[in-house]
Amino acid sequence: MHLVSETVTYIFLFTALYIEVFFLITYFEFREKERKIPAVGALDKWPSVSVIVPVWNEGTTVLKTIFSLLELNYPKEKLSIFIVDDGSTDKTWNVIQRFSRNKQIKLLKKENGGKYTALNHALEFVDTELVGCLDADSFVHPEALKRIVVQFEDSEIMAVTPSIKVFEPKGLLGFIQKAEYMMGIFFRKIFYYLNAIYVTPGPFSIFRKSVFDKLGNYKHAYNTEDIEIALRMRKNNMKIGNVHNAFIYTIPPANFLSLYRQRLRWVYGFLKNAIDYKDMFFRPQYGNLGMIVLPAAGFSILSTMFFGAKIILSWINLLLLKIEEISTIGLSFHGFNLDFFYINTDIIVFISLIAIFGTFFIIMTSRELAEEKNRFGFDSILFLIFYTLLTPIWMSKAIYNVVLSKDTKWR
Amino acid sequence: MEWKKYAYTFLITAAIFITAILASNYFSQKKITEIKDIESQISIDISASETQFSLLSELPCREISSSLLSKELATLGDKLSYMEENRGSDDSEVLSLKKYYSLLQIKDFLLLQKIKDQCGSNSTNSGLFIMYFYSNKGDCGDCQKEGFVLTKLRQDYPDLRVYSFDYNLDLSALETLISIYNIDKRLPVILINEKAYYGFKSVDDIKNILPALKVIDVENAKAAATAEKTKQSTTTKGQQ
Repeated sequence: MHLVSETVTYIFLFTALYIEVFFLITYFEFREKERKIPAVGALDKWPSVSVIVPVWNEGTTVLKTIFSLLELNYPKEKLSIFIVDDGSTDKTWNVIQRFSRNKQIKLLKKENGGKYTALNHALEFVDTELVGCLDADSFVHPEALKRIVVQFEDSEIMAVTPSIKVFEPKGLLGFIQKAEYMMGIFFRKIFYYLNAIYVTPGPFSIFRKSVFDKLGNYKHAYNTEDIEIALRMRKNNMKIGNVHNAFIYTIPPANFLSLYRQRLRWVYGFLKNAIDYKDMFFRPQYGNLGMIVLPAAGFSILSTMFFGAKIILSWINLLLLKIEEISTIGLSFHGFNLDFFYINTDIIVFISLIAIFGTFFIIMTSRELAEEKNRFGFDSILFLIFYTLLTPIWMSKAIYNVVLSKDTKWR
Repeated sequence: MEWKKYAYTFLITAAIFITAILASNYFSQKKITEIKDIESQISIDISASETQFSLLSELPCREISSSLLSKELATLGDKLSYMEENRGSDDSEVLSLKKYYSLLQIKDFLLLQKIKDQCGSNSTNSGLFIMYFYSNKGDCGDCQKEGFVLTKLRQDYPDLRVYSFDYNLDLSALETLISIYNIDKRLPVILINEKAYYGFKSVDDIKNILPALKVIDVENAKAAATAEKTKQSTTTKGQQ
């Protein structure tokens, strides 16, 4: 039993290290290449863009979202905003009425049917070259759209993803998510280098309108339509880009329950979509996406579960041992043994140290890409301590739901 | 496809893995060497003490007890059980070190007996020892708890010698010891003053079996009270 667990641990460690090394090699490989490419500045002619904002009971945050869109540094006549009220039961519809006379903004209302239905409803009215979506809990950087649109100069690019940052993080969960979102910036960049982006996030991913004309509209896709549309595009050999300095700010879930629900939806949605698109895994025709990135995403769920369970079990064992010790001899302080002999020098320790070193590098590079002042912050420390312990909670529930085919709710 | 890159990544990962394995083996070997060094040091200590003991039969008992017995047996025991935990109890190197450690304990015990015969059981520090038989094959539910008790006693009474033996260890000298004292495999077993006590024994149980420990408690309490009085009188004098 011990041998089986040890072998599995080494296989997991080797695979995790392989993926980390692969991503780091990719980063260095492309960073050099990118330096040699001259940056594209302003375009002579800016394409027309529509941004769809689906709202459902978001009267409190939607104004900030809309104002940020109106403040975008982009020719006004080229930018249309569609606000779709997906059957809100609160004052949202009244709140957005203040824009009813704004020529840039079109207000739409429909019966509640879920985010994808709101997006599809607005798509019927869109006649611009580019179209994107912005969740009503997110705001855009004034330069974000221009930076994104420039990448469409590459005629092969069919959609462009932005970089998402946490807006004014608060509390432990806020800071952990801040660090997590910044690491997301690094990974999206790497996936872009590898031509392997498999999510076009809800906050401000911009598509060529022709994508929907050719592939059809959004699908329910287990409440993760942003994963499904990206996978559908990749399956049809459509390239997805990324602009790491096109910043979008999002308000993260503030308490554990809402974070848990959100992550459960994401992980469950990824797993279910991965099952639907399983024929893309380990298929050379899908390049790095099929061979590395999709299998790595699946593996990361498994390994998080495995190592999370291992850490939690070892802590439980330690706790039980301590309880047994205290119940036998009472409280007894042994002091710290500084003898080198007792320092753990197992293989797993050395591999973990290398993996942690790699993670530090990723954190620091992510912060550089996110244009943060410091290369390491308080949030990074919180992330390193707590993230591995939090994720197995929703991942195990997501796997449980997939196995028992239990659907997840949006909120 | 980037097969070349996949292969390079594999090679780099394998190189990191092999380096980690080599580094881990290096340090593990270093620890084994450290244990071997301690064992040989103890072995020399015991032999030297035996020789010294034979040569100087006139040596005052107080000096014998404090100078002849090796102090490092407990440290060695701790390090060995740490290695056993890390490398597994089936590890051949750990097993051989453990056998040698058991032999050293038996030799130390014999030396202690000689001192006891020479100086009597009441002589300072010389008569206190416990023999403990355990098993770590999962067939001894209370061995863990008994381990806590004995560690605590060893901490509280530095002169108490605890000889611990793995009942299942394949060592003829140990088998002889087990047969001499007729010890059954009803673990944990504690042997005090040639009598075997089966099952878990708490700190208080052991103090009842070995009243010398209670005597030490009383002496310690007295010493503490005297120290306190001295401290108080010094403070009073200082104030005057």
